[in-house]
Formats: sequence, structure tokens, C-alpha cells
Amino acid sequence: MVGLATTTGSGAMTNPISDIENCQAIFVIGSNPTENHPIIGYRMQRAVKKGAKLIVADPRRIPLAEIADVHLQCRPGTDVALLNGMMHVILRYGLENKEFIAERTNGFAQLKEFIMEGYGVESVAAITGVPAAAIERAARLYATADTAGIFYCMGVTQHTCGTENVLALTNLAMVTGNFGKPHAGVNPLRGQNNVQGACDMGCLPHVLPGYQPIHSDGTTYWQRMAGQAEADATDIISALEFDYYGKTPQSVPANKVSDHLRAKFSRAWGVELSDVPGRTINDMFHPNPRRWCKALYVVGENPVLSSPDSEHVRAALTALDFLVVQDIFLTETAELADVVLPATSFAEKEGTFINTERRVQRVRRAIPPTGQSKADWEIVQALAKRLNLPWHHQSPQEIWDEVRQLSPHYFGGMTYERLDRQGLQWPCPTEDHPGTPIMHRRSWRGETDKFACGIGQFSTVDYRPLATEKPDEEYPFVLTTARKLYHYHTRTMTGKVEGLNELLNEERMQINPKDAQRLGIGANDTVRVSSARGSVKTRVAITDQVPEGTVCMSFHFAESPANVLADPAICSMSVISELKVSAVNIRKSKRQV
Amino acid sequence: MGTIRFFIDGREITVTEGETILEAASKNGIYIPHVCHHPDLKPAGMCRVCVVEADGLLVPACRAPAAAGMVVKTGGNLVNKMQRLAVELLATNHHDDCLACGKNNACKLQEVAQYVGVDKQRLTRFQAQELRPVDDSNPFISRDYNKCILCGICVRACNEITCIEAIDYAFRGYAAKISTLSDKPLQDSKCTSCGECMVRCPVGALLPKGGVQAAYEVKTVCPYCGCGCGVYLSVREGKIVGVRGDRESKVNEGELCVKGRFGYSFVNHAERLTAPLIKRNGRFEEASWDEALDLVANKFREIQAEYGPESLGGLSSARVTNEDNYLFQKLLRSLGSNSIDHCARL
Repeated sequence: MVGLATTTGSGAMTNPISDIENCQAIFVIGSNPTENHPIIGYRMQRAVKKGAKLIVADPRRIPLAEIADVHLQCRPGTDVALLNGMMHVILRYGLENKEFIAERTNGFAQLKEFIMEGYGVESVAAITGVPAAAIERAARLYATADTAGIFYCMGVTQHTCGTENVLALTNLAMVTGNFGKPHAGVNPLRGQNNVQGACDMGCLPHVLPGYQPIHSDGTTYWQRMAGQAEADATDIISALEFDYYGKTPQSVPANKVSDHLRAKFSRAWGVELSDVPGRTINDMFHPNPRRWCKALYVVGENPVLSSPDSEHVRAALTALDFLVVQDIFLTETAELADVVLPATSFAEKEGTFINTERRVQRVRRAIPPTGQSKADWEIVQALAKRLNLPWHHQSPQEIWDEVRQLSPHYFGGMTYERLDRQGLQWPCPTEDHPGTPIMHRRSWRGETDKFACGIGQFSTVDYRPLATEKPDEEYPFVLTTARKLYHYHTRTMTGKVEGLNELLNEERMQINPKDAQRLGIGANDTVRVSSARGSVKTRVAITDQVPEGTVCMSFHFAESPANVLADPAICSMSVISELKVSAVNIRKSKRQV
Repeated sequence: MGTIRFFIDGREITVTEGETILEAASKNGIYIPHVCHHPDLKPAGMCRVCVVEADGLLVPACRAPAAAGMVVKTGGNLVNKMQRLAVELLATNHHDDCLACGKNNACKLQEVAQYVGVDKQRLTRFQAQELRPVDDSNPFISRDYNKCILCGICVRACNEITCIEAIDYAFRGYAAKISTLSDKPLQDSKCTSCGECMVRCPVGALLPKGGVQAAYEVKTVCPYCGCGCGVYLSVREGKIVGVRGDRESKVNEGELCVKGRFGYSFVNHAERLTAPLIKRNGRFEEASWDEALDLVANKFREIQAEYGPESLGGLSSARVTNEDNYLFQKLLRSLGSNSIDHCARL
């Protein structure tokens, strides 16, 4: 998100899902759509049947790789080098879109010099382990297609270098002019039904709803607490995005925008909002306990299983003075709580979700609440009343109307009535605005093409070899994590569906046949996987989907919780955890299950 | 492409060039019986039930393009005879136990048989002697070969819609059937249980296990991945009994995956939390809402008074609605803390 927003001014899928089937080239990196976004997987395969070229970059031989024109089987964590190498090929053969670069971007000369100096295909091949010919072929296929879409997912972002990966991808799309037109763009596939909405609604420490910055100085909570000098970096991204729709008075200088916005929200909510930066989830579970909160209110999340280094998270939650968990089941996290509040499921409440293509859609109550459970907003409202806060919301629709009023640049025109049948894609600032299926193009008023932030900014991103935990003698394997088709996250929901358990009822760690043979592991064996942080037991699946030296686990199963092993190192820019690469060792379990 | 005019049973019809006779007819409200044709799939022309006479020739309406000035007859002795034969051939080895069949009243075979009229006795000599075992290996989909009429819609759906290509025709004569690779049970094939074949099966050969009719349906959004597929929840007696893809949705156009189509029984699961719980001496005890909410509010107040407003943090969810998320961050921020995050980063 930070990466895409830095370049273009907005961090969401640029093109709609319905575009995919008619892309001429599709570049899938760090994403396994046939398992994680099956509907998108269907469309990609249909596009290939219609003649689209498919490029897959993934350390694993994922199902889509079987039908790909090129599979770039790079070493985990070397994506930046790979993408810069592709850029090198494009520039060397003059395949860039010169008109687009001249009209709509900034910083190309610098990028070209940087790439041509440091990222020759041969050196990239040495870093990534991908043959030079494959990199050339992929770059040519991508750059010569009339419309080429990039699709990425956690395999790109769940790295300490996640932000750099996305910047390098965005460079590729800009240099080939693949923005602001159908069947193209840069498209992050969001993993959960309303992860886009949770971001858009301001459930992030540094922004209010609609990405309106809560403070201007770019410091974190800990820098501010330590009295460090305020960095002069202003949150220009959000400020400019805000300007685009002409809602901020021009007289407000960029570094005062957040004061202006905070005042707006303070007035609307009847409270004085703090400009102290908030903690991120990584601060809440930081190795240093002084960074933790004293009380935590967790809604619909199971960080004990989903966060890296689970044992540590459990310890951090246990150490809290007070933990409230609000969920539909007694999850592993809820078991640690002081108070558990029963919430309603999606089928028992009204509201809206926002999908990966920015489409706001209506969720409707189909059945009455189970037992005494209440909708999350009702519980929050009841607490607000007890805490003497001056607001009294009566219905989801009324809450949504407040969202529209305070984030008009995204949602202003989205009344419940207009969302009724098919929803609308943001931005949709006014009630006569048709919504925005394709970002960064001519606006509906007929202005010239532009990025949400005006002009696309090229960034030079260098490959950092130290960004990943390196396998060594003690921990010779690289563990990467993935999700499976039949389950979802920590199985809070799918684990309660009998048939899905029947289809997949235990963790199966993928391991290459050669590694298995070397370690004497058979098809149904159980192994113990250990990292510097912990160890788990799991059964294996022997498959050449993973290359030698790499193993792959999901984090669905409490019995084999892969995140016990994961490295909690974080991306310095967007604070995403390094879940995709950890060094581990594997021992055949003495007692077979 | 231009438009052309032609005639069906004497009625003048205007269509876009390239459209088939069947498409043209159904757009103009003229029924031509058909079984193996499905609007989502490429025309196959296998069952021959849609045979019509076009300029004196017998053609399958589902594959024959309409031509300018063409004269089409959907009936007449020859056409009727051919259609009836085609339907009787399909019906001969169809195990008809209509009242007990999940497809009763929604069955394509019933529909064409009713229109064309069949004589079941005529072809009894072609009937297979034994019933075949039902493939019940898949937890969600039951496959009854005795009802299968080999129209191939499931094969085409698996190839053209999902591109999974798990099934195809196998064997010949009476042994012919739709099969997985090496004729393994569905469960052991590359089938992903998405059910795209099942929802298109014109007869009762592919049915959801334990499926019952709904009392009403509610349009909403799937709760799993970020695709946000449109779904209709089928409800009966206050419980969700089924899901179908919303064909109107621009996201999925009616298609779903295994989780979206079958993964809803968690909603009515016995382990759902039904009352607030307060932990006392290490054990959870049920409490009233007032008791639980008072405790939470007092604790928040105490802790914030002692350690400052920022000592309170919140983790929101990528699973709850926008309205829930909005109000949650409004609560924490109104209490003076910006420490709000969620698992977008996970």
C-alpha cells in the first residue's frame, strides 16, 4: 500500500476484476490466485485460453505456472533484483512507452541511469537464480503487449523489502504506460473480504477515515515519545490525494493539512482528537514490552495464530492489564481475554464491505442474531454511551452517511440506495459520479489523464541482500508461507465447516522430492520444523511445486502453527512482517503420528 | 456486425448477424426445447433435442446461425419425430424417481419431455439392466450416474468457466460416463469442489448434498477472500441452507469457489458465542451485557486514568463491516488513542 501510494497517489487495485479476462499479458508475482482468489484465478486462465501471455514470478511452481509462458522461479526475497532486471531489458531494447513517460511521469532519467548501471541481466540472473533468457523473455512479453496487468499479493508485500518490491512493480507499469487504461494496471489482491474497507475506514494508526492524515510530521509513536526532532517529511501522499477532488482549501499548506483535518473530525465527533501517532500492530507485540499497550480491544482477529512469532504474541497478550476480545467464536486469542463479547456473523447484520477492486457492496441481514450476540457497531455504540462519548448511532446506514460526509473524496456519492444492486467503486465523490472502475485515467468530467497524485513518480529501488533471513548451517531451509484453497486464515470460520475439514484437515508442509529423499522423509511422514524462534510438528507433502531448499506451510492449523516460526522483522516503510522468508531446519519426527 | 431478418414459424425476427437460431428464438420469447445448451457455455450440439427445420434441412438450433431470409420451422412431422426420439434416447437410461429427486420441477429433462411428449415403453429394450453406484466421495457434491444424460455441460463448465479440467467423457456404449482422470472418485481428482458443474447440471445427476429448498433468499457478499463475490443466501427456519452466486454481480457473474459456495455452516455452528463471558479465577462465566459492558468501560477508564490515553489499543478486523470498523476507530480516537491497527499487514 505504501509503495503503490508513493508512486501513484493511491494504494489499491487500479483496474476492476472484470478487466482481467481481456488482458493481453498478465504478470502474476507473489500471488497464487487459483487457491487464494479463485474467481480471479478462473479469469486469468480464461484470458490465457483467449491468447493472453502469462508471466508468473514465484519461488514455488504454483498451479498457474503450469500454463505460464514464462515461470520466473526466483529465490525468495530477490524480487527487487528480478524486477529491476526486467526493467533493464525493457530499457536496453527501447521497449518503453516514451510518450507516456514524457507526459505523465517524473524521474525517468534518474531511473534509467540507475538501472542501466546496476542491473544487467547476467548479474540479476546470479542473484535471483532465474536464467537470463527467461528474464529477457518475460520483460519482452510484458512490455510488448498492448495491455498488461500486474497482479500481486502477500508474496510481494510480506517481506522486509515489501515496499521496495511494489515500487519496482509500479516502475515497470509506468515505463510501459500500463496505467489508466482497461486490462492493465498494478493490482494488489487483498486477502480478506473487507481488508480494503478496514484501511479505508481509518483502522490504521496514522490516518483517519479516507486516508486523511492525523499528523503531518511522519514520526512514529516511539520517536514522538522519545522527543526526537520532528522529521520534515509531510504526508504529502494523502494530502495530494485529498487535493485532487478540490475539497481542501488551497490556502492550507501541506504540513498543516492534518491539523485542518483533525479539526474537522473533532468538530464532527464532538471530542478533541489527539495528534500523537498511534502504535502499529507490531508495536503492540514488539520484542520490547515497554512498547505494549496496557489494555487491548480486539475485534474479529486471532493474532495468536495470524501474527509472526506466536509464542511471543501470546506472552504479550497475557501480560496485558486487560484484554477484551469480540468475536463469533472462542478463538485462541479470545481464550486469553478477560472479557469476551459475542458478535454477529456477516449473515446477521447490515452494512457494507469493500472488495479488492475498491467496490463498496451492501451486506444484508439474512437471519436473526445467534443467541444474545450483537452487531459489532452496536457493541461499540453501547460502550461509547457508557464512556460518556457524545454520539448516538442508530443504524449502519446512519454511520455510513457520516463516513460519506467526512470522507467525501472517496465515498461522498455512495448512498445505500446507489449501492443497492452492484455497489460502486471509489473514488465516488458526488451523487452524480459514476464511480471509478479504472484509476489514474481521464476523470469523469473529461479532464486529461492523470494519476491521483497528479504525476507518476519513478523511484530507484535497490536490491538489499540483507532484507531476508539467510539459511545457514543450523537452519538450512527457507520456509515460506501460503494459504490453501479449502481454508481461510486461522480457520475460525472454515474450521467449523465439516466438509472443508474433510477436504483438508491438517497441515501438509510442501517439500521438494530431492530434499525429502536426502532427509529420508516418506510421503506420509511427520517432521519437526524449527526456526530460531520456535518449532512445530507437521506432516509433509512431497511435491516439486517447491524448489530444493525451500519448504512451504500455511498458517491455517492450530496444531501446526507456522507463524511460531516466522521472523517478526518488519518492512521499514509499511511495517509489514517478514512472513514469507524464515530460515528453518527439518528433522524427521521419531514418533510418527 | 449488422442485423438480419429471418422467419421462425412465420414470424419475422430481427437479430444480430452471427446469432444462432436458438439464441434468436429465446430472445424473442419462442421456446425451442433444448438440453445440452447452456448460455454460459459454447454451443455443443450434442443432445439434438433442439433440432429444427431451416430452409428444409434439419439442424440443431443451438449451433446453426440464423441467416438472412431463412425460414425456420420448430415443428412439423419430421421435426417432432426427431425431437421426440432425441428426448426418448436421453430418458431411456435416466433413472426417474422424480418426486424424490432434488431437481424435481427444475429439471431440463422434465421440461423437454413435457413439451415434446415421450413414450417410455418404446425404448425399454435399450435400458441398462443395473443401477450404478453413486459417487458420494465429495463432501459437498453427490454424483448420481443413473441420472446423468451425458449432455457434457459439467465437462464444459469445468473447462470453460473454471479451467480446472477435472472431468471428461470416458468409456463407450452403456459404460460411457463422465469421469475423472483414471476414473477415481471426485474427491481424489484435481476437482476443487467449486460446484460450477453442479449448478449447471440440467438434471439431478449433480446435486448439493443435503440440499433443501429455501423459504427465502437474501442478496449479500461472500465473507471470505478479497474478491467480494455477490451471493444469495438461502434461508429456511432461520438457518442458512444454501448459497448461490449472484449472476448480476460484476465481480463474479454468478461464479463461486468451494468456500463461497459451501463454506457457510459456521454461521449456525453450535460453538458460536451466544452470551458475554467474563473470566473469573481463570475460568469463563456467562454474564449479562450490562455487566460485561460496565466492566469493560470501567477498566478502560481506570487504565487510561493511570497510564494515559495511549495505553489503550485496538485491533480491528478485516472481516467486519465498514460501519463496524469506522465506529471502532471512532471509539478509540475519541478516547484519545490512535493505537488502532488490523491485520492488513498479515
